[in-house]
Amino acid sequence: MKWAGIKKKLRWLAYLATEAYNAPYRGAVARAKREQDDLFMLLIFSEMMGVPNPATYYTLELQPIMLEKFHEWHKRAGMEHSPLDDFRCC
Amino acid sequence: MPAIVPALIGITLIALGYFFYSKFIAEKIYQLDPEFETPAHALRDDIDFIPTNRVVLWGHHFTAVAGAAPIIGPAIAVIWGWLPAFIWVIAGTIFFAGVHDFGAVWASVRNEGRSIGSLTGDVVSHRARTLFLIVIFFLLMMVNAVFAVSISNAFVATPSSVIPAWSAIAVALVIGVLIYRMGVPILWPTIIGTIILYAVIYLGDQVPVSLPETFMGLGAAPQWIIILFVYATIASLLPVWLLLQPRDYINGIQLIIGLGLLFGAVFAANPDIVAPMYNTAVPEGTPPLLPLLFVTIACGALSGFHGLVASGTTSKQLDKETDARFVGYLGSSGEGLLALVTILAVSAGFASLGEWQTTYAEFGLTGIPTFVEGGSQIVSDGTPLSKEFAATLLAVMAVLFAGTTMDAGVRLQRYIIQEWGTIYKIPVLQNGYIATFGAVAACLALAFGAGGRSGQGGMAIWPLFGTTNQLLAGLTLLVLSVMLVKLKRRYIFTMVPMVFVTTMSFFAALYQLWDLFNSGSYFLMALDLVVIVLAIFVILESGSAFTREKRAAEAS
Repeated sequence: MKWAGIKKKLRWLAYLATEAYNAPYRGAVARAKREQDDLFMLLIFSEMMGVPNPATYYTLELQPIMLEKFHEWHKRAGMEHSPLDDFRCC
Repeated sequence: MPAIVPALIGITLIALGYFFYSKFIAEKIYQLDPEFETPAHALRDDIDFIPTNRVVLWGHHFTAVAGAAPIIGPAIAVIWGWLPAFIWVIAGTIFFAGVHDFGAVWASVRNEGRSIGSLTGDVVSHRARTLFLIVIFFLLMMVNAVFAVSISNAFVATPSSVIPAWSAIAVALVIGVLIYRMGVPILWPTIIGTIILYAVIYLGDQVPVSLPETFMGLGAAPQWIIILFVYATIASLLPVWLLLQPRDYINGIQLIIGLGLLFGAVFAANPDIVAPMYNTAVPEGTPPLLPLLFVTIACGALSGFHGLVASGTTSKQLDKETDARFVGYLGSSGEGLLALVTILAVSAGFASLGEWQTTYAEFGLTGIPTFVEGGSQIVSDGTPLSKEFAATLLAVMAVLFAGTTMDAGVRLQRYIIQEWGTIYKIPVLQNGYIATFGAVAACLALAFGAGGRSGQGGMAIWPLFGTTNQLLAGLTLLVLSVMLVKLKRRYIFTMVPMVFVTTMSFFAALYQLWDLFNSGSYFLMALDLVVIVLAIFVILESGSAFTREKRAAEAS
């Protein structure tokens, strides 16, 4: 078999292994990751909910980046609009 | 008779079943449509719903359903002779399990990828849905208890498997961290991990580990049971990517290597079957073949657990509806092959009929150690591997399967308890740690209540586990039959298996009630009573849903 053929086979094998590894747990891992992200985001927005947070000063600049995710989160949490008084999202 | 004969007949029949029977079911009954937009496309979110290559999905379904149960069940059931077990495994795989697994995928795909449990609520009734959840809870409890007992027996019988079985956890943890945290491509950790695993099997062979014979009044087997539940508690609280995911992956590789090795050795060594074809001289106290055979071998012939896998993850990732046949039917065929090779191992892996009879001296005493004993003999005859190494290898394989199922089982049970906490507004139960301890305590009580304390009678619960598993399969087949009635298609191909397993489960449970009463196992008797009540409800529910839908279909 030519080298290119072997390489193609190896790539196919690597693809199969990767998928076999990921496919059964994709949902569970993604959900766990999302939960962590939500916690992180709530830390950033915690001041606005009245939870004192010494990290706010340092994380303030992250807020614009997190906006879109924040929107997704409050939708997912079953709230039409932002739950924060001082922070209107949509 | 040479073992090659049933091996070839079995493989040929299962292959014919796939090529002809599943084709018929796919075209005429489920009427798969290549143009149908599957939930993986329609509801694609790249998390749960994502079109996946069918070979990958087949691998997932196959490795998820083929575990320790298709090894333990046949290893017990061969006590009636190898032929009844062989017939039930082959016919069950072709006409029961294949149709059931394939159907569960199909039903879910046609209903937005929902699970069979939630479908039961819609298609049959809300009562049936509650019934479904209760059956699942019992099933999980029994699976954890029975697998803990099986692993502890395997550790005691094959002390060389202790180090490799626990090392596999370390290997899994390293693979998990490498892949998830460091983003290493999977191929290399796979190859190196597999090599390390087999190297450790060699090491375990040199350094067997045994627990003290008694410790605080407990024998070695019960000590292992406690250690295993401590492990399961910790493991089920870890994130899935860290342990469960890589463990499952390693098991998949082990399964494929193990199956290849065993079938290869059967063909190379061609041992003679020493077990009787039909055992006319069963040991005293052995329950009657009918109906007990059909609950002793659940996984490997038909198992309700598969429906949960098929409709839980598989259906959400199906690329084309026509793939359901390849994934569902062929996935369960793979499990049938594992059960088949187990039958061959425990009936041809012994030197003489006398030796076989000594092993099968009492019902329910055989299991993983018997499979290891017989299988290692065949492997050492057919390959250059030594018998000791082969025994360690097979024991590790079975222990890893059972261990991963325990890990996943405790986790699922925790979810159920937490859900109850939410439904009934009991905040304590919603706590992950408390829910886990509750789940583990229930399983531990069952393992010890079933006689695990002596390390002898723990397998008494096996037929009860099979009964519950078949009831679940009956419920899934009911959902399929009702769906087919609504669609005005022939329902006989799901209906006959449903009536058959439900009836067998019911009578098996009744027989066990009598048996457990006589042996004075009142704890298990109470459990059996619950199973009987559940079985009666399943039968009533089936009857009423079926007549209702049939009338509705005829009227329209």
